[in-house]
Amino acid sequence: MSDQEERSVEVNGHPCRVWEKGSGEPLGVLPGIGGAPRWTPFMETLSAERRVIVPSLPGFPGALGHDILDSHLDWMVATHELLMGAGLEGADLVGASVGGAIAADAVAIWPTIARRLVLISPYGLYDEHDMGIDPFAVRPPDIGQCLSANAEAYGSVFGVPEDEDRVDWLVTLSRAQEAAARILWPLGDTRLEKRLCRIGVPTLLLWGDRDQIIPRSYADRFAAGINADTRIETIPGAGHLADIDEPAATAAAILKFLD
Amino acid sequence: MKTLWFHLMPYTELPDDFRENNHSVWVDIDSKLFDPERAHHMYNDFIDELEYAAEVGFDGVCVNEHHSNGYGLMPSPNLIGSALARGTSDTAILILGNSLGLYNPPLRVAEEMAMIDCISGGRMIAGFPIGTPMDTCFAYGQNPSMLRQRYLEAHDVIMRAWQEDEVFSFNGRFNQLRYVNIWPRPIQKPHPPIWIPGGGANETLSWCAENDYVFCALSYFGYDSAKGVLGAYKHALDEAGKDQNPFRSGYLQFVGVAESRAEAERIYREPAEYFYERCLHLYPGFTDAPGYRTESTIRRQLEAAGPGGGVGALGTMKAPKLKDIVDRGYLVLGDPDEVATRLREIAKDLNIGNLMTLLQFGNMDKDTTKYNTRLFAERVMPQIADLFEDDWENRWWPTPMESAARTVPQAVAG
Repeated sequence: MSDQEERSVEVNGHPCRVWEKGSGEPLGVLPGIGGAPRWTPFMETLSAERRVIVPSLPGFPGALGHDILDSHLDWMVATHELLMGAGLEGADLVGASVGGAIAADAVAIWPTIARRLVLISPYGLYDEHDMGIDPFAVRPPDIGQCLSANAEAYGSVFGVPEDEDRVDWLVTLSRAQEAAARILWPLGDTRLEKRLCRIGVPTLLLWGDRDQIIPRSYADRFAAGINADTRIETIPGAGHLADIDEPAATAAAILKFLD
Repeated sequence: MKTLWFHLMPYTELPDDFRENNHSVWVDIDSKLFDPERAHHMYNDFIDELEYAAEVGFDGVCVNEHHSNGYGLMPSPNLIGSALARGTSDTAILILGNSLGLYNPPLRVAEEMAMIDCISGGRMIAGFPIGTPMDTCFAYGQNPSMLRQRYLEAHDVIMRAWQEDEVFSFNGRFNQLRYVNIWPRPIQKPHPPIWIPGGGANETLSWCAENDYVFCALSYFGYDSAKGVLGAYKHALDEAGKDQNPFRSGYLQFVGVAESRAEAERIYREPAEYFYERCLHLYPGFTDAPGYRTESTIRRQLEAAGPGGGVGALGTMKAPKLKDIVDRGYLVLGDPDEVATRLREIAKDLNIGNLMTLLQFGNMDKDTTKYNTRLFAERVMPQIADLFEDDWENRWWPTPMESAARTVPQAVAG
């Protein structure tokens, strides 16, 4: 099933991997914490209906260059270059977790960069009265149980493949954790709240009903702040990484919204 | 060999059930356990103990920085260092040190250390740790992915601030300063000695060697733990084309001395077990943060030890009893001759010219601490002090003003 095409977009002189599969209207996917070390069942399901394009942000699997991004402005300019280079200008855009915070901010800053937006348990906001687990204070192997409610699905994406070097693979995953921390440390608050009202495209907010990282109340805060039609849906049985835990249900909700 | 007396300043009254009923000694330790009026006594006892060590002849006294930590009551070692600058007269004062990445602008460190150097008449050694993940990333909220970059830039600002004669501007990634011009300025020229405590990241060792700084292996796990790190430092020195001068290295060791080994076991059992049981009761999740360890360190540790690695062992280890604490070499214990023999072996084998002793640990009281300190100074130090002194030049020790040119603080004059 991993027959997606691979190319590379250069961002600040560093190659960033872009995967692509399927036909039809382009649909961008910015993966969540941990990034996409593999092509996932979620991407595969979407690619049956759409031309799925998955760019890797700097530092996430397949991409380098996170360690020269010092500010949120640096990250957003890098994101812009990546989305444009990947051919995603004006496309529908899905962002999960850390990718959700970045996707939401991209639309807030460049309002026409996406046609419609799907945010899966996005980071970016912060409520001191309703905080989830801090995933950065959890070490492997416990981190999987924190992020995911489906150990088998989580393992199938992040577990070391038989034909890969174990150390290389774990270093890649550790670099992805660092890149996420570089964006989100310490509270996951990217100050998106200030710009949320600039999002003017229809937005679907998806939440795993077993998400331990970002409480469900944040969906309401996103919906209240976004200046366009929003819809909130929960994915039963999914944790923070809903697209990994329950790929079929998550993809179905997205395709229905974009139909 | 230089012998320094190091105080961690542990809270000495953590409850007996601390390990069973608390999440961690560090970061989220229960604030209700802290009694400020008891801390009044602890701080004053601890400063007395440091001053006593200076009085009985230790070459240096040493303080360090920790935050939200039940075994380290010094968020600001500079405060204690300035008290010691007044309360001692000839001893070196090692601030080991300030976690440079935490301070914005880092000029604060340059200024405070310059103050201590002035007050002490040029007796200060400047320690620049990166700081643990617990202190820097969790307690102080610094981004672990940027901590090292901030640290290195802060180092550059401080070193220029101490050495440049003219006002200058600094345009770094994290610090933009139009007018850098610190007052006061350190007595020692071109700058106070620089010592770097660390866990042994490859990059830190190379950087220390290239910059001609002292590297200090600080761990609570004795010789076996330091051997690998100091071996890697020897290699880094070779790579940088530097000699193997033992005064380039420091090593931390718990020590308990008494008239006999049996007596030492009797006296030091409780404070040693208190330290390893309560003071190192640490939630493993706080022992690392994404990006804190460099990629080459992560790779080396994965290759060597399998998943996990890092300082995580701290949080997962079972509390050892005295027998294991001694057998594993965490604590060098015994009569003065026995202790001196072992320390000579360690110093020679590790090639360390700076021995940092922990003679107060855990809940050790002031009388016991003074006993341990006096016995060490009178009966152990004379047996180890000659090491390396005739063979190597020590370029990393303070160069104070002449005694006759210095004032005598009223507290010392009496």
